[in-house]
Amino acid sequence: MNISLETMLQLSIILPMIAVVGIVAAGRKPDLREGVTIATSLVVLYFVIMLYQGIKQGESISVQWWEVLPGLQLSFNIEPLGMIFALIASFLWLITTVYAIGYMRSHEEQNQTRFYACFAIAIGCVMGIAFAANLFTLFIFYEVLTLSTYPLVTHAGTKEAKQGGRIYLGILLSTSIVFFLLAIIGTWFVAGTLDFKQGGVFNADVNTTVAGVLLVLFIFGIGKAAIMPFHRWLPAAMVAPTPVSALLHAVAVVKAGVFTILKVCTLIFGIDLLAVLPTTQFMLYLAGASVLLASLVAMRQDNLKARLAYSTVSQLGYVTIGALLATSSGVVGSSMHIGMHAFGKITLFFCAGAILVAAHKSKISEMRGIGLQMPITMVAFFIASLSIIGVPPTGGTWSKWFLLMGSMETEQWTIMVILMISSLLNIAYLLPIPLRAFFPGKDTSFAGNGIKEAPLPSLIALCITTVGCVTLFVYPQPLYELAKAILVIPG
Amino acid sequence: MLAHLPILQVIVPLMAAPLCLFLTRSRLVWLFALLASGLAFLISSLLLQQVMVSGTIIYELGGWDAPWGIEYRIDQLNAFLLLIISAISTVVLFAAHTSIQKEIPADRHTLFYILYLLSLAGMLGIVATGDAFNVFVFLEISSLSAYALIALGKDRRALWASYQYLIMGTIGATFILIGIGLMYQMTGTLNMYDLSQRLPEVENTRTVFTAFAFVIVGVCLKLALFPLHLWLPNAYAYAPSIVTAFFAATATKVAVYLLIRFTFSIFGLSFSFTTLPLQMLFVVLGLLGIFVASFAAIYQTNVKHLLAYSSIAQIGYMIVGFSVSSVTGLMATLLHLFNHALMKSALFLALAAVVYRIGSVQLSQFHGLGRQMPFTMAAIVVGGLSLIGVPLTVGFVSKWYLVLATLENGWWPVTVLILLGSLLAIVYVWRIVEAAYFKPPLAGREGINEAPLSFLIPIWTLVIANIYFGIDTRLSVQVAQAASQSLFGVSP
Repeated sequence: MNISLETMLQLSIILPMIAVVGIVAAGRKPDLREGVTIATSLVVLYFVIMLYQGIKQGESISVQWWEVLPGLQLSFNIEPLGMIFALIASFLWLITTVYAIGYMRSHEEQNQTRFYACFAIAIGCVMGIAFAANLFTLFIFYEVLTLSTYPLVTHAGTKEAKQGGRIYLGILLSTSIVFFLLAIIGTWFVAGTLDFKQGGVFNADVNTTVAGVLLVLFIFGIGKAAIMPFHRWLPAAMVAPTPVSALLHAVAVVKAGVFTILKVCTLIFGIDLLAVLPTTQFMLYLAGASVLLASLVAMRQDNLKARLAYSTVSQLGYVTIGALLATSSGVVGSSMHIGMHAFGKITLFFCAGAILVAAHKSKISEMRGIGLQMPITMVAFFIASLSIIGVPPTGGTWSKWFLLMGSMETEQWTIMVILMISSLLNIAYLLPIPLRAFFPGKDTSFAGNGIKEAPLPSLIALCITTVGCVTLFVYPQPLYELAKAILVIPG
Repeated sequence: MLAHLPILQVIVPLMAAPLCLFLTRSRLVWLFALLASGLAFLISSLLLQQVMVSGTIIYELGGWDAPWGIEYRIDQLNAFLLLIISAISTVVLFAAHTSIQKEIPADRHTLFYILYLLSLAGMLGIVATGDAFNVFVFLEISSLSAYALIALGKDRRALWASYQYLIMGTIGATFILIGIGLMYQMTGTLNMYDLSQRLPEVENTRTVFTAFAFVIVGVCLKLALFPLHLWLPNAYAYAPSIVTAFFAATATKVAVYLLIRFTFSIFGLSFSFTTLPLQMLFVVLGLLGIFVASFAAIYQTNVKHLLAYSSIAQIGYMIVGFSVSSVTGLMATLLHLFNHALMKSALFLALAAVVYRIGSVQLSQFHGLGRQMPFTMAAIVVGGLSLIGVPLTVGFVSKWYLVLATLENGWWPVTVLILLGSLLAIVYVWRIVEAAYFKPPLAGREGINEAPLSFLIPIWTLVIANIYFGIDTRLSVQVAQAASQSLFGVSP
């Protein structure tokens, strides 16, 4: 096949959207429908890997579509940060699809065609966000992502699903329309361009008060990054089927949020300007508070998915902190954390879903001793927990390392302490789950009444991501190199 | 032939209306009306093209020189409006034949088409003419036929709604007439261009101030600016669905056009905005309109009422853009004229399809329609998203320019309020979505299925236009920009 890199870039965005047609057409034949999804995700992954090879050889890949409004173009290009995001999302889409086949079938979910169709649109949007060359393009895909995931959140169609959907859509759309859009138009008004540019788009003599206000608007407006007080949508979204929570609300959607923040910090403001803005420090503390408070709330959750959701809110705060530290180490730590947390958290969600399908349990208090029936799942849970906490031999170690370095370099001692305390809290709310599962103690009320491991496809999927967590510890170089290249001017 | 386009624009539907009487069968009349409206659309496209290429077209009626004779003056602004009105009219008319089968008794079908064409001719006339008195004449033609059209509604409350509209509309038209009379008294001319030349000489007289006040209040009654909007919700809700779709997209737009024409072209920018505190007044009323009407929309149980209140709110946006009084602000208003016409005609036409199938537009009757009428409901969702202003829909384009305009003026509190206002749109749109998609079908209504193609084709034409003009904005932005620049006297 001789497809140019530019075409591959466009196809990786469009192909999932086209696949929707195939998915809907094959709606009555589940095998064919899921075949279409898997084939598409394989092709998209292949394209993204080829693109990765391309930029590793120093090629610059960019595509212009057309002007929507004068001066505002739909255009795409590839830079290292977007590459990281695209690689993670396309790889995990494939894995999640495998997982979903096992999960959705054994859970006998309704409307599976709509599920796979919306899923594909969401992934297309994620690719669009990853490769967007300007804020305008990014914003469009950001909004479509919100809308395409709404039917997934409300999949069950119950009263709770409707309520969750209201919060989800309400917060994400409101923040993006009131703050994010205002910040974008403000940037357009002040800087005259929305293109992502190394070193930022603002002139050196920009009014720092105005830029500071814009920063606040961006951080609040990118609601997908779930910085408190705009985090409520994430726990609300947990009414969705587990594969949705796993890929979208641990990886794609939330990472689209922190990715956008990182991109705005590095390529719209530029870290030099960011460091002197009057509001940066304030936002840093807000993110720090978000990290701590979310961890504390997570400890009090008995529903496993809710606990994981609050844990995600907390971990997203790490990425925002790294971006706002405005140093090279911070940016490296943040962008690596996008990847590390993705693998860790998706594994945890896979495990939660596996327990739900196999043992019909969603409360942590009921999972005592379950490790004896589902050993593979709980071992995976244990390893992924280590990665979230950030201890060897798991990938999470590296990103936390760089984030701590960044906070030391900038002498942000408060932030450093927050990161340390939060790690301890992570231990407190994650590790007891696998430990009690394997060592139920004297409590014998839990009888192993025929509970088996989850269906094979789901089990395979969660093993792959667990191996990923460990691999990223042993072999983090590709991720590190990409992260390192974010702040380097190409050419 | 080409030289006579400005008059043909009005004459074709005007003459076609009485001719309908000769065709007795409902279907034939429909086809004939569709043909007339289609011709008007063709003419307006040609006119717009001509104006964009070679500038303002001046047409003297009967060869009499202005200011003695009546002059038609087509510039970018009214060419744009003519296109909007005739295009929407044609698309809406496409669904009329099916829709009125269930809503209007068979013996009144011919009457319906006659009134529809008269109303269309009236609106086109208001927009095309360059003579202030002629505006009043066409205003009466379109209004009188509108009252009758609304009274054709099946619900008996339509009569009351029509009567309300008649009273308010007549007051508005009378005010406009008084205003025009006072201007005539001061200048001795009725030609708009002539007026604009002569008014500055006498502009500091009380008579001119009074004339201005009468005209503005009269026009604001017609365009349903808060707090003069009370006639609108019932008129829209109880009129036949097709009539609602047509009027929601065009009638208030014509009034907005008059507002722009009178303030910018006739009285002039400095008089309207500097001598008088119009800017302050309109910004406040516009914003109040957005919030009051949006909140009212949230609490409606009749979906037609809901969308009618939303229309009042959208007029608020246009007025805010207008009051910014900059090129960008006026552009935002003009774009929103175009975009809102697309959204509301799509939405009301979808409601017409719902009425056709279930005979009601109560929100409580929408339960389960998401499954039973998937295409119609999907159209309502897209139209609703456009109303909210989600990117890739036309609503986003007008919002972008409106926000930009207020920021340019440094009115950032207004900017924030505009954006907050669109959050209210999410709430009322989502009430429809949740009713249609999250509730099981009502008992005894299992057999409902999708609306017929004669609805789906025009509905989806408009829905696709909503998306297309949100992605490819060349036509709308260029024309709006050219019109706005010429009104401000900026050469492009």
